[in-house]
Amino acid sequence: MNRLVYLDNNATTRVAPEVRDAMLPFFDELWGNPSSMHAFGGRVMRHVEEARAKVAALIGADPSEIVFTSCGTESNNAAIYGAAEILGPRARLVTSRVEHPAVLGPCRHFREHGSAVIELPVDGVGQLDLAALREALFGGNCLVSAMWANNETGTIFPIAEIAGLVKSAGGVFHTDAVQAVGKVPVDVGRIPVDLLSLSGHKLHAPKGIGALYIRRGTRLKTYMIGGHQEHGRRGGTENVPYIVGLGKAAELAAASLDEERVRVAALRDRLEAGLLATCPDARVNGDTRHRLPNTLNISFEFIEGEAILYHLSDQGICASSGSACSSGSLEPSHVIRAMGVPFTAVHGSIRFSLSRYTTDADIDAVLARVPPVVARLRAMSPFVRA
Amino acid sequence: MWDYTDTVMDHFRNPRNVGTIERPDGVGTVGSLACGDALTLMFRLGADGRIADVKFQTFGCASAIASSSALTEMILGKTLEEAERITNRQIADYLGGLPDQKMHCSVMGREALEAAIHNYRTGETGMRHLDERIVCTCFGVSENEILRVVRENGLVSVDEVTNFCKAGGGCGMCRNEIQKLVDSVAAERTQTRAAPAEAPRKLTNLQKIKLIEEIMDREIRPALQRDHGDVELVDISGDCVTIAFRGMCAGCQASDTTRHGLIEAKLRACVAPEITVVEEGKP
Repeated sequence: MNRLVYLDNNATTRVAPEVRDAMLPFFDELWGNPSSMHAFGGRVMRHVEEARAKVAALIGADPSEIVFTSCGTESNNAAIYGAAEILGPRARLVTSRVEHPAVLGPCRHFREHGSAVIELPVDGVGQLDLAALREALFGGNCLVSAMWANNETGTIFPIAEIAGLVKSAGGVFHTDAVQAVGKVPVDVGRIPVDLLSLSGHKLHAPKGIGALYIRRGTRLKTYMIGGHQEHGRRGGTENVPYIVGLGKAAELAAASLDEERVRVAALRDRLEAGLLATCPDARVNGDTRHRLPNTLNISFEFIEGEAILYHLSDQGICASSGSACSSGSLEPSHVIRAMGVPFTAVHGSIRFSLSRYTTDADIDAVLARVPPVVARLRAMSPFVRA
Repeated sequence: MWDYTDTVMDHFRNPRNVGTIERPDGVGTVGSLACGDALTLMFRLGADGRIADVKFQTFGCASAIASSSALTEMILGKTLEEAERITNRQIADYLGGLPDQKMHCSVMGREALEAAIHNYRTGETGMRHLDERIVCTCFGVSENEILRVVRENGLVSVDEVTNFCKAGGGCGMCRNEIQKLVDSVAAERTQTRAAPAEAPRKLTNLQKIKLIEEIMDREIRPALQRDHGDVELVDISGDCVTIAFRGMCAGCQASDTTRHGLIEAKLRACVAPEITVVEEGKP
């Protein structure tokens, strides 16, 4: 078996050893309830607040604006349900066709219950149609949810411009920044977003922890009703070890962000150039000028993604695909289809996503092993003429 | 990751009989790039009428490649009559089973084989007749294809149909129509189950009365109740069964058709061919 080459970091990341070490004391020693009226619990509360400050610092927020959740999906649900309930049934929900299902799902729920929902189109590289956004904003009274960066292609939306348009129209703006936070600078001090979702396991914290940024003054209906935790914005005893883990992960990300995004982008660019040079009939999906530094989405025409992934997996390489078969449904990726990628290339799209643990040797391994797999599958494809 | 069997992974990693044949006797192609999987199968017959050479090319996932490969192994050396009796279920069984959502790969194999045999016999390249009605427009699946996978694999839900032939897996607009097809086959099954087992035997009067009651309760009343109607058994005298309609059936213009076409036909098939059914108070 080959050494594991993990290039599927947009799916999940490994827990940083520093994060794990920071969490461990909260299982054996500091296991009190942060809400308790005794010093044993109080000590735990201080660590929760420290973590909150670290997460806030990573995105330029005030600690009071951070609510811990269980995951990115919860954050997205909380933001959309919470804001839409306040705006009322006549408000419009505006989103894009390439959002994560955790955003599209809640929006479609409101559509089924009679709300007007607009899913904005994107162009061939997955960029939002800003003219369509302006039109959708007409009349105000709307909630807009647009992702900071796309999980499949890495395309980064012009989020400052979008936020500016939404705010000047009087709307509420939520952004799903799950893929952006920790990879590119995210600063809510400079960009007027009202609500922002982030997820721990995309930035080397464990699965099961996320956060929602709620700008001070933004009205949000509480969806998790119960205790007074998180200032009544999310009931439920705090998941202390994981909150501490997320705090540590945020601290690590902030410390290495500028350096890592340059290093990782260079690795990604080498991977991209190498694959395009060695594999004919390949095309890059996404906006190469505005893209996450760690993401490469590339289509190999006339072959199917799941077959590619299984052959790569046999050689220790982990990636993912937008093909129908690998998604568990019969439809290929809604993101790739919304971009109008030709159908010869839809099913053969492969996503490589890097992290700060990706090395030159990893890229060498992928560059050596992918072309033979592509050639082998093409040799048995009825659509390739010899 | 899918839970593929070792046999599936073996046929995926080391597919048998990949390629093309110089001058094949039969060629069949099913699927398309847009659908996400496609298979071209070709064979050459030997002097003894048996399949002497078979090759395939597949665009698709691991289980599509494995199903194609397995199929070629299964038909090599068989006569066309033997080969065309192979069902999709046998292809899946040969591989030690396929995940539910991947059963359509085995169906694709069976369809390609049929298309290739059809091509050999008629020279035609397309299997589907132009008058076949397409139910699922996303994946181009016809009514007959759906009915066939439902019958051959004993399917009972729309989701199962989607797993086996993709129909209903796109926009979902045809799911109601697929449900009706599933229901129609389910009705066929209860008829055939009841008929041969229960019809041709000599019954005592008591047995006959019990059987009529049972069939009325199990098969006839639920069908009428679905349309908010009902029927009651009033009397059984020899082979004459007297009934009374209730609910929406009472006074319904089609009640005579129901009496004759449904109730009498059912009881004749399941109990005794001499049975007549009359409505209470009617001549």
